[in-house]
Amino acid sequence: MKSAVVVFPGSNCDRDAARALERMTGAAPAMVWHKDTELPQGTDLVVLPGGFSYGDYLRSGAMAARSPVVRAVAAHADRGGLVLGICNGFQVLTEARLLPGALTRNTGLRFVCREVPLAIANANTAFTRAYREARDTVIPVAHGDGRFVADESALDRLEGEGRVVFRYLNNPNGSARDIAGIVNDRGNVMGMMPHPERASDAALGRLGGAPVFQSLLEAA
Amino acid sequence: MSLDPIAPGTLALAEEFGLSRDEYNLVLEKLGRTPNVTELGIFSVMWSEHCSYKSTRVHLAKFPTKAAHVIYGPGENAGAIDIGEGLAAIFKMESHNHPSFIEPFQGAATGVGGILRDVFTMGARPIALMNALRFGAPEHPKTRKLVDGVVSGISFYGNCVGVPTVGGETNFDARYNGNILVNVFCLGIAPRDKIFTSAAKGANNPVVYVGAKTGRDGIHGATMASAEFVEGDDSQRPTVQVGDPFLEKLLIEACLELMETDAIIGIQDMGAAGLTSSSIEMASKGGAGIELDLDAVPAREEGMTPYEFMLSESQERMLMVLKPGREHEAKRIFDKWGLDAAVIGTTTDSGNLTLRWHGEIVCDLPLGPLADEAPRYERPYVAPLKAIPLTEGEQGRLVSEYPGFAASLTKLMSSPDMASKRWIWEQYDRHVMGDTVADSGSDAAIVRLYPGPRALAMTCDVTPRYVEADAYGGGKQAVAEAWRNLSAVGARPLAVTDNLNFGNPQRPEIMGQIVHAIEGMAEACRALAFPVISGNVSLYNETDGKAILPTPAIGGVGILDTLERRASADALAVGDVLALIGESAGHLGQSLYARELIALGGAAPPVDLAAEKKNGDFVRGLISDGLVRAAHDLSDGGLACAAAEMALASDVGIALGYQGDLADAAFLYGEDQARYLIAVKGAALPELEQRARAAGIDFLIVGEAGGNEISFLGASGKRDGISLKTLRETHEEWLPSYMSKAR
Repeated sequence: MKSAVVVFPGSNCDRDAARALERMTGAAPAMVWHKDTELPQGTDLVVLPGGFSYGDYLRSGAMAARSPVVRAVAAHADRGGLVLGICNGFQVLTEARLLPGALTRNTGLRFVCREVPLAIANANTAFTRAYREARDTVIPVAHGDGRFVADESALDRLEGEGRVVFRYLNNPNGSARDIAGIVNDRGNVMGMMPHPERASDAALGRLGGAPVFQSLLEAA
Repeated sequence: MSLDPIAPGTLALAEEFGLSRDEYNLVLEKLGRTPNVTELGIFSVMWSEHCSYKSTRVHLAKFPTKAAHVIYGPGENAGAIDIGEGLAAIFKMESHNHPSFIEPFQGAATGVGGILRDVFTMGARPIALMNALRFGAPEHPKTRKLVDGVVSGISFYGNCVGVPTVGGETNFDARYNGNILVNVFCLGIAPRDKIFTSAAKGANNPVVYVGAKTGRDGIHGATMASAEFVEGDDSQRPTVQVGDPFLEKLLIEACLELMETDAIIGIQDMGAAGLTSSSIEMASKGGAGIELDLDAVPAREEGMTPYEFMLSESQERMLMVLKPGREHEAKRIFDKWGLDAAVIGTTTDSGNLTLRWHGEIVCDLPLGPLADEAPRYERPYVAPLKAIPLTEGEQGRLVSEYPGFAASLTKLMSSPDMASKRWIWEQYDRHVMGDTVADSGSDAAIVRLYPGPRALAMTCDVTPRYVEADAYGGGKQAVAEAWRNLSAVGARPLAVTDNLNFGNPQRPEIMGQIVHAIEGMAEACRALAFPVISGNVSLYNETDGKAILPTPAIGGVGILDTLERRASADALAVGDVLALIGESAGHLGQSLYARELIALGGAAPPVDLAAEKKNGDFVRGLISDGLVRAAHDLSDGGLACAAAEMALASDVGIALGYQGDLADAAFLYGEDQARYLIAVKGAALPELEQRARAAGIDFLIVGEAGGNEISFLGASGKRDGISLKTLRETHEEWLPSYMSKAR
């Protein structure tokens, strides 16, 4: 599988994502600078990593959604390529309208870094197949703007179409219907607030996110 | 403040700037003329306590600072040690106390920014942050707002920059009501042979400024940080700087990228006293001179004077001296990261700091008097009084008023100092960078050296009430506890950084605390082969003449050769046997139990450094041989609180028992030093006992793991316990419940 990680100047989980990809797929991803207008030829998977894209003083992901590289990511998604947005990457994907809804300030108004239990709401996506029979997992979150919101009809549609992929078992941020991760209607773009790249390393004793990468490896 | 930059600097102005009459006269003598306003401003910050360490320098020299693995000891931006495999660990702790009291959010945030710069300035990528916080009494009207602001500020800055905040400590005491302490620690990793320093050797090299534009913020911050507060006076608020963590992140990446070339001769962050101290530091260390053109300095505001340019403490700025002709290379990297940069001067061979502004020379000062020849004081001091030991009657009360195991443990575990600080550390990103093995809640945080198996362990420690009761012994204890916390996770302790927080050194009794605490720390550092490689001093932590508790905070760092052989407090398993390592005399003076339950003080526990060394080496050996399942150091709250923390962290109950000479309260809550609680599989017990006997180590079986409560069977003959669920609720509830009244 050929993967790429987008690097905004304020990305801070770009290296972590690259390590996880290398560990899980056996190949180092291409690091793509935010000013680049194209992804490397033959890219199967693009990861938009966590962090604070351009400082995010305006609205998380708002400026990044208008960056040159995100236009290339949108074109990649249009072609059916795989896109995984983690945390700030999820925020960027909603701002870029590649995913519905928005991520707003946590209801507690505070940043929250915690290992959270998640239900795997749909194990039949390109991002979750490797969870197989598992019904839940534990992956850490670390965000201030993680409350997923959308209007009721959009939420109904997401649920009706099985596009809610991860759900909080103990909602840390007030997200509507406990939503922690969703896919687009084609199923090739996923955004999630929890950090699977932080839970894919046996040496750190956290492996709850590893199946996300295993799934992608199988899918690509 | 708009002052004519070249008007004569008068005594009145000098006093306003924080210089004494004698110091002003010394300036005149050194210069042989009257300085102008700009020059006087520069003298006043360079001679401030914050920049010159004038009250403590002679005593700081007592610290052991050398060892085979020490690359840079005190004197650089941060200390550096060799950790093998071609790597150096670079770390330091620094205070941002005064700004954080005035403006807690920005004060704490910029504290984090400053310590990060100290570390990456030396070529290290920061990989871990910690913080040691002291607030006033919970019931004090300002405390809640200060906790909220400080924690939010640290969270805001550290999380955005993307360096994990992996540990720290938080205490409350009325003695910090008017002066909170915000001490921040940062550790970074650099190639052993690629460490950068500030020395700007050689003349005619370009001086390059990069980062935020200079504004009027933070002018005379270093002077503020060297003065006492007066209650109700908020006039210093404008001297607090504003932080931009995104810009800091860009600076880190850009500087580290430029450091991969060989274009840099010297590099220095602009911290306290901004452009003044950075330029003087670089030129004086390099044995050169420096000439700056202030019209070239990127300015945020119109009409700034030389005085304002030089004294501004605008954040996120770096100064560097490049090899001639390499400016374009640097510019290309700065452009990539979207950073403003400008060539603002050159190095010279004049030995002077020369400033041009609007075509005129507005400052021309010899570097010597500003830096190396700054005043040093041997301030008069008196030996601090030791706290009076508990009387026999008081000793009796400690025993007779013991309310039983469950009641006393509940009370202590929910007291402000012992209660869970989860509300704080869940606001910090502890996992970014993907190498955090153990964080808040562990005796020492553990960060892997990617790709492993080696890892660094780090901890922040001091017990201010011990230092207050016995400055020398308390200084020793702070070092010993850091060393013990590292040993408890299985790490080999390597070196320390310190952050000495005290009151007004011009009061002989305060100066006595400083001197004695330093001497105690120095003795412990020598005995434990634990050199001091960097540090910071924060004095004048007083309001209306009332000083804080003496707080010499220690940041200790150690190394684990392999993550496979480490211990943690959360690994207890059903059936494990609990053993207490180290001698228990039941010392309750200055214990948390005495303070929280009986409202008594007394003498601090004695510190036997030989016992510390022996017991710590023993426990570390057990861990590295894989004999220990879980380990925890004994400190505040003694054995019972250590056991409770272990049980809660592992979610496994513990049945404690004791039949011996000590009273139950003394056995459970005594704070004798040099002790560890370890958990071993039953099958490992014979080997453990045999090894303890052979090494001459005090060793006592104190309980067994299992069930869902923590209980104790003592002299009464009746087992008394509390369910983990109930204990957890009360332990976890205190801080969130306290803070929920904040809004």
